[in-house]
Amino acid sequence: MSDLNTQAKEKYHNNFLKEVAANVEEGDWVKMCMQCGVCSGSCPFGPHWAHPPQEIFMMIRAGKREEVLTSDSMWMCTSCYNCIVRCPRKLPITHIMHGLANYAHRLGLAPKNQPTRQFAKLFWNNIVKTGRVNELKLSLGLYFKDGLASGVKTGMAMSSVGLGLVKAKRLNPMEILGGHGCKDIKGIQAMVKKAQEIEAKRKGFTAA
Amino acid sequence: MADQKIAAYICQGCGLGDRLDTKALAQIAKTDGKAHLIREHEFLCNADGVATIQKDIDEGVTHVAIAACSRRAKTEAFYFPTVALSRANLREGVIWIRPEGDEHQETTQEMAQDYVRMACAEAKRLIQPGGNPTAARNTTVLVVGGGVTGMTAALEASKTGYQVVLVEKSSQLGGWAGKLWKRAAYKEPFADPADTGVAEMAAAIEADKNIKVYLNATVAKTDGAPGRFNIDIATESGSVTQEHVGSIVQASGFNLYDIAKLPELGGGVNQNVVDQAGLEALAKAANGGAIKRADGGAVNSVVFVQCAGQRDDSGKHLSYCSGTCCLTSIKQAMYFKDQNPDIDTIVIFDDLRTPGNGEDFYRSAQKKGVTFTKGKVAGVAASGNGLKVTFNDLILGDENATIDADLVVLATGQVPNSGVNIDEKVEEGVDVKPISILNLNYRQGPDVPQLKQGFVDSHFICFPYESRRTGIYPAGPVRRPMDIAQAMEDATGATMKAVQAIENAAVGRAAHPRSGDLSFPSFRAEGCTQCKRCTVECPFGAIDEDEKRFPVFNEARCRRCGTCMGACPVRVISFENYSIDSVGSQIKAVDIPDEFQEKPRILILACENDAYPALDMAGMNHNEYSAYVRIIPVRCLGSVNLIWVTDALNSGYDGVMMMGCKHGDNYQCHFVKGSEIASIRLSKVDETLKSLNLETERVQNYEVAITDIERVPQLINDYAAKIQEIGLSPFKF
Repeated sequence: MSDLNTQAKEKYHNNFLKEVAANVEEGDWVKMCMQCGVCSGSCPFGPHWAHPPQEIFMMIRAGKREEVLTSDSMWMCTSCYNCIVRCPRKLPITHIMHGLANYAHRLGLAPKNQPTRQFAKLFWNNIVKTGRVNELKLSLGLYFKDGLASGVKTGMAMSSVGLGLVKAKRLNPMEILGGHGCKDIKGIQAMVKKAQEIEAKRKGFTAA
Repeated sequence: MADQKIAAYICQGCGLGDRLDTKALAQIAKTDGKAHLIREHEFLCNADGVATIQKDIDEGVTHVAIAACSRRAKTEAFYFPTVALSRANLREGVIWIRPEGDEHQETTQEMAQDYVRMACAEAKRLIQPGGNPTAARNTTVLVVGGGVTGMTAALEASKTGYQVVLVEKSSQLGGWAGKLWKRAAYKEPFADPADTGVAEMAAAIEADKNIKVYLNATVAKTDGAPGRFNIDIATESGSVTQEHVGSIVQASGFNLYDIAKLPELGGGVNQNVVDQAGLEALAKAANGGAIKRADGGAVNSVVFVQCAGQRDDSGKHLSYCSGTCCLTSIKQAMYFKDQNPDIDTIVIFDDLRTPGNGEDFYRSAQKKGVTFTKGKVAGVAASGNGLKVTFNDLILGDENATIDADLVVLATGQVPNSGVNIDEKVEEGVDVKPISILNLNYRQGPDVPQLKQGFVDSHFICFPYESRRTGIYPAGPVRRPMDIAQAMEDATGATMKAVQAIENAAVGRAAHPRSGDLSFPSFRAEGCTQCKRCTVECPFGAIDEDEKRFPVFNEARCRRCGTCMGACPVRVISFENYSIDSVGSQIKAVDIPDEFQEKPRILILACENDAYPALDMAGMNHNEYSAYVRIIPVRCLGSVNLIWVTDALNSGYDGVMMMGCKHGDNYQCHFVKGSEIASIRLSKVDETLKSLNLETERVQNYEVAITDIERVPQLINDYAAKIQEIGLSPFKF
């Protein structure tokens, strides 16, 4: 992974804006930001980010590569789309945020214990296995993400909800054994693999 | 005067007949107004009413007083150019501002009667203007300056069918625009720098038989008035040619703010720090190839510093935004990007201002990869072979951000080239005299008056092209900072006004706001004390002095505001249709009730441009006000002679309200200085009032805008209440 990082650095001679334009989903839009700050003002999470979108864009232009890619700011995006709706320059800000997060993740620079990132990983691995989300495994995976003790504690706290769901037949405890998949699991997995190959090729990644 | 025949007409339409006793009004016109002929009519402005008046005029009536609606209404119906005409405002001024009902009837009727008296009194003192004996038609326009503004003006005037004399200081046409490599995009899709078009314009001027061009020439002397200007044109070789022109377009343009005044930004210190003109020169030298530094070095990164020496509130540099430099920097960044996209171009701005379709141009630059950084540049210093720019990054909060650059361009602003500031006190011992542009042979000074920062004065709201010198129209960046597109539009507008001035001068008509007025000031030399107040105070420099120090009125320069009439302490200046007597007799015509009736009388002298329309509109909205006021419209508060105020107080008025336009830097006065001069004169009235043992509140000055439809009635009612409070004037008989 860090190889990828070094490669990218060398390839773009520290021109981070170009790097983002080439590798980040909708990254070509970053240069079009006119720094009005409407996105930052519109973001419901605005005050809780280290760097709101306007600032992230400026940092990209200023070549602050490490700071941007290791930041947890873009992971904070809840996809409410307020910024996209309001941006006078029509930047797809939400998409850029996810694109940046994804790029940082690929390069192995994303913050390790960022909860959104952990959830995203869990969710992805969960869904590509059978082509369906196994909700029981996903929630248990989340409960135990910080270790056994806290997992048991959260599990106990949530037990009444779980039992209620079981009673209402919204949750099948047997799913823990692997659960049911979609009709053509192999087909889904082949599609995902192909998509990843295409993306890697388009973005010039040798290793996926 | 012996053969004066005065006719008074009382209209009964629009409810006047229901609300007022018109028979009594007719009686008043006879007994007090001394009218020879009185007619009541049920609908005076209809065909029959107008025909009646016309018939009477044909049968010998010389002076007409119409008691109907405001003088601002029905002007087409009541257009009788052969006779002197006055109007009593019974509709907007009486019935529409008074409540109905028996308890109000007496005061309302009194108000109407006074207006009839006043109209009759005024009519008697009016003379139909005879016209300007010095009127002359000269269809040549002088254009001073051969830049884009001047060239546009010349071409437009020629296209309209007028001749042009174009004077250019340098050896070729084009001005600043001629020095540009390209101009900012000005048409769809607003994406790329465009050709300046200067060469084509210059060629068009050369080919135009109506345009005579003087290169390497300046205006050595300007003498005369609209329609008959005499211009001495001095060429570099020393020869002087005289041209006769009808009006003048001053397109003297601007200079860039001196880069050497910005040493902290490397200006004048480092040869790799240039201003925008400097970069244009480099781009022209490159001729489409890679732009190189003056030392021949390659440019791989260039930083544009916006607002260099502009928008400065410390008072050291220009305080204003030139409004054009952002687009210029965007354009110049494109010079680099279009040639080689790998060159780093960074524009450091505080507020990027891209007027008009400039926003598209800005977006295009972003697409091309120009980086825009919001920040304030603190310094530019040499660093190795290049430069280091230190700035406060306003987005990232980094106060000591730095960028390395091979070349730095400072966006300095436009400084108007407006010649001598005639209002500035010349300090003793200062040798550097600004060079005059027009060298006007006017009493008040050699150039067009300025407002602020060297930009020439124009009535920004209502008459933006007019200067304070009739027939002289500044255009382009000498008026305010502007780019090529704006300057061309401005030149077109100014040319239209110049053409209009020629035609006005030809028939002796006034320019705005008294467009079409044929009167002009005349004075009785026997009474003149040569105090010079009129020559000094005329806002338009219309009055010169002869060798015996008597005022010389240049009719075609006059705008008919009457400021000279208001200034004259011996009251020898008057107009045929507006004089000390025409207003004074109205003041005296009002019937002042004795003190036991407890009915105060308040005189309002209202500016006819804004205050009077506001009062009329208050009437249209039926905003009621006191029945004790008597309103007389004046041309400008500047025309108010203090004798009117003294007369009013002496004849028993309880108060005088003066309503004029806003003055100061954001003035709204239609005659620019009139309301200001009036307020200066009035500031001295308090002394007089005290000497008469009167309260200072008895004379009040108000700034009124045309939109003050609600406020004006309120002002009047408040003032009437105040008069009640301080009591009636002791000067009642």
